[in-house]
Parts: sequence; structure tokens; C-alpha cells
Amino acid sequence: MSTSAQHQVSCGCGEIRETLQVTGKQQGCGTIGGSGKAGCGSQADIGNLPNEVWEKVKNHPCYSEEAHHHYARMHVAVAPACNIQCNYCNRKYDCANESRPGIASEKLTPEQAAKKVLAVASAIPQMSVVGVAGPGDPLANPDKTFRTFELIDKLAPDIKLCLSTNGLALADHVDTIARLKVDHVTITINMIDPEIGAKIYPWIFYRHKRYTGIEAASILSTRQLQGLEMLTARGILCKVNSVMIPGINDEHLVEVNRAVKSRGAFLHNVMPLISSPEHGTVFGLSGQRSPTAQEVTALQDSCESEMNMMRHCRQCRADAVGLLGEDRGAEFTMEKIMAMDIKYDEQPRKEYQARIEKARVTKFAATQQELAGLAIASSEIKVLVAVATRGSGLINQHFGHATEFQIYELSTSGAKFVGHRPIHPYCQGGHGEESKLEIAIGAIKDCHAVFVSKIGGCPKAELIEAGIEPVDQYACEFIDASAIAWFKLYLDKVNEGKIKHVERVDPAARHNAVISAA
Amino acid sequence: MPFKIIASQCTGCSACETQCPNLAISEVAGAFLIDSEQCTECAGYFDEPQCVAVCPVDNTCVLDTALPRYRAPP
Repeated sequence: MSTSAQHQVSCGCGEIRETLQVTGKQQGCGTIGGSGKAGCGSQADIGNLPNEVWEKVKNHPCYSEEAHHHYARMHVAVAPACNIQCNYCNRKYDCANESRPGIASEKLTPEQAAKKVLAVASAIPQMSVVGVAGPGDPLANPDKTFRTFELIDKLAPDIKLCLSTNGLALADHVDTIARLKVDHVTITINMIDPEIGAKIYPWIFYRHKRYTGIEAASILSTRQLQGLEMLTARGILCKVNSVMIPGINDEHLVEVNRAVKSRGAFLHNVMPLISSPEHGTVFGLSGQRSPTAQEVTALQDSCESEMNMMRHCRQCRADAVGLLGEDRGAEFTMEKIMAMDIKYDEQPRKEYQARIEKARVTKFAATQQELAGLAIASSEIKVLVAVATRGSGLINQHFGHATEFQIYELSTSGAKFVGHRPIHPYCQGGHGEESKLEIAIGAIKDCHAVFVSKIGGCPKAELIEAGIEPVDQYACEFIDASAIAWFKLYLDKVNEGKIKHVERVDPAARHNAVISAA
Repeated sequence: MPFKIIASQCTGCSACETQCPNLAISEVAGAFLIDSEQCTECAGYFDEPQCVAVCPVDNTCVLDTALPRYRAPP
């Protein structure tokens, strides 16, 4: 998935720098475009991210953390077939309330998918990217996947195309991917060592034959890395997803990181295994545990010196619609779409997106202003804060309405997005009666404060009781600037001896707070 | 015996449909069916039946024991 736009000259480069800070260092894009440093006059501040790469990521919510506050994506479930079996996937299981990869409520034909894209693009102007991500593998369904892309390109050429694959068939389709201007491809690579792979993949189907065990993993790994090399050689941006499975590939993912970086991957997304017995997966049934949020963060941190790490992935469904972290799929079922009168018009979308770009500039300026004040402070203190947001980079959600909190690490170098904590159950039906408030507080126990647009008296008192400061004085203001402003006050209070800084650590914090709470 | 699909196990993923060398598999009213007249158990094409090899759910594409094994025409 991807997108573009041009605003460096008019909006200055500050915002670009911000994106760089968030996405980390840019070594990973070395092979892309091959132009190395930007060296572009007023745009020099974009560091060594080549212009063409910046253009591709700046409104792709999955490739830029900053963009994910503003731009939305949708997946069209046109690819039901798969060519490999993974121990974390159960193709028999489906549930409308589940939100995780491999799940889709209805499969679509390419024609239906194109109609759905126009419907969504007309209703959600910030929708910039369409991806095919299953529920099987897009390249195990090449005809359906590519037909879908052709139709979208014809009907809505401003929408960027993207796909997410296991990589087994990738090398066979690189030419078509390039021809159809699919300029973002995600490959799920969980191992480069077939012995480890054999513990993750029971079998693959390749060249009309089923392979099992180490042989299967060996073929898969070879094909994945070959596909990655072929894509990056053509300047197609590649993100690598890796499912972190404690005790199986957790330590090994550092080697995977090095392998994909050396082959030109742009971004590495280490995401936690979702494992629960009711999903009926091999891992769910064997009791394989998911990693804790701290374990995931530690691994991401250890890889970050090597390349860009994605920390804002929401592990979304194969038919997700909307901003990351929200799913408006239920508004766009085929039944509803068939009843819609869709008139696709690029112009309102362009105008809306121009407004987004302006807001991003304002947001960046506000951050810079707050940062300037912070630069004077000298402190080793780092704290985590949680934010309730509905998007646009604003603190604009009521505490009680939040389905997730975004987590920022605050230090004297600024505010850094480090992850998110969902507080909604993956499946509404399968969990106990623990109150939502308990779940919400449990999800952010390691945070010093929670920023909300509004909060009721009762949860306020319980948060304070739990040692988390509820902060509502920055309602509807920018997240980064507000968090930095709050942090300055916090440091002042510590320095003046009004409060004592205490580290808050919650080793049980998980990306999926509900599983830990259950 | 041609192969058949145990409907209750089928996920409807369509993986078998595109792999069948005889084009014997199709979706009828949301369920995937193997046309027993068309199925050759992949004889003459592949060493292993493709529907069985690609199916994500074990024991879903199975030999239909109610029918005789496939014999290549003389």
C-alpha cells in the first residue's frame, strides 16, 4: 500500500524531519531508487531518505507512523486461497468480531472489490491505499488479485495499490507487480533458518507438490529472500512482517532483521503472535504464548539500530476499512454497497487531502515550538504516556470511548510513538465480565499519564488511585506538542521537588491487553 | 474413485479450484464441488492429487468410496 503528494516546498521540511524521527534511521532504503541522500535544497532536511521514497510513504498509513494518524487504508478480500500452512493460522475459523490477519467476513470478486473501493473512497476521503492481504495469499490468487488492481487503477487512479504476501510465489509475479504500479509490497518473513521454519510452517504447496518439514521451510525461505531482492532491485518498497513467537523465533528475528535489511527492505514490522485456544490454531491449541508488549518492544529496540522498525501495526483483518486501529468494514458490506449510488470524484478527495497536509504542517510547527522549550531541559527521565485519539494526530477521544491507547515515550529528545494498546476484546463473546475500566487501566499500567479529550469523575479517581494522571486540559490539541508541554511541566515539578519521579514498569503489559487480563 | 469434498469441512477458499488440472472443481451456491465425471485423481498430470495437496483442512478432499477408481481410457 502506498501513496504520494508534493508539499515539501510549500510546507517546509520540518514535517518531513518529524516523519524521519518517528520512523527511525533510513539505512534500509539504500537500494531503493539508488539515489542515496536527497541533496535537494530546501528539502535537505529529509535526511538521507530519497525524495521518491518519501513521496511513496508520506501518506501510506502502514509505511509511515506519522501518516497513520491522517490516512486510512482498506483491504479487499479477493484472495481466499493460500499456498502455505502456518501454525498461527486456522483457515476454518472466522468471526465477525475478530480483528486480526487472515479474517474476512465476505470474499469479493474483483468487480465487487472495485465497487467497494469506489464506495469507500467516496465516503472516506483520507482513504489513500488499497491492499490485498488475503484472507489467503494474494499471489496464490494471482488472477483475482491483479484483476482487482487493474480495475482500481482504471476507475480510481489516485489510489495507491499494495499487497501483502507470504512470498512463496512472489518471484513469479514481480514483473506484473511492477507493471501494475504496485509500489508497496509486504512479505511475511518469520525465519531464515529452515529448522526454525519447520516449527512454524507444517507444509507448503509449491510447483504442484506439497512439501513438509525442513524442506518446505527451506524452499519458502529461499523464495522469500529471492522475491525481496527482485522487488527492491526494481525500486518497489518492501516491508517485512515478522510474527514474534516466544521460544521459537524470538531471538532469531534479529538475524532475520539483518538478512532483510541487507536485501533492501525498507521497514521491518515485528508483531506479536496472536494465540488463543479458541482460534483453533496449532499454536493456540498447544498453549504457545504470545509475547508481552515489553518483549516486543525490546526486540524492536534491538533491531532499530539496524533499520526502520514499524511500531504502529494493528494486525488488521483482510477486509479492514478505515484508519489503522478503527474498522469501518461493517458500513461497507456488499449488501450495503449494492444499494449505494456511487459517484467517484477525485476532486473532493484531493481537497480533503490538501487540508490534511496543511494540518500536518501546523502540527509539526506546534511540536517544534514545544521542543524548543524542552531543549533547555537536561534530564535522563523517560516516561510513557497513553493517548486517546480518533486520528488526525489530535487528543480527541473520550476516555470511555477509546478502543485503544497510543503509547508515546517522552524524553528530553521529544515524543516518540512506541506502540498501542488495544482495550477491546478480540472477540466480544469469548471473555469474562471484567469491567472495561479495569481492562483499560491494566493496559496502561506502565504509563505516567493518559491524555483524553474528556473523562468521567469515576474513572478519573480510579486512574489517580492506580498512579496514572488523567490529563484532559489538552483536549483537541496536537498529541506531540501537548505531550511535550506536559512533560516539561512534569520535569519542572520533579526539579522543584514537588513530585518524585518513579519508574513505572509493568512486565505483564501486552499488546493484547484482553488476553493478559483474561 | 474420484475425489469429493466434505462440505462441512470446506472453508470455501477456492485453492483446489485453480489447481485442478481437469477443471473438475467449481463453486455451486457457495459450496465447492468436484465433478466426478471430470476427476481423474490427477492421473496423467501429477503424482499427487492437487486438491488434497493444496487443501488447508486435512481430510476434506477425499476419495469417494461410493464410486470406482478412475481408469485411464484405453
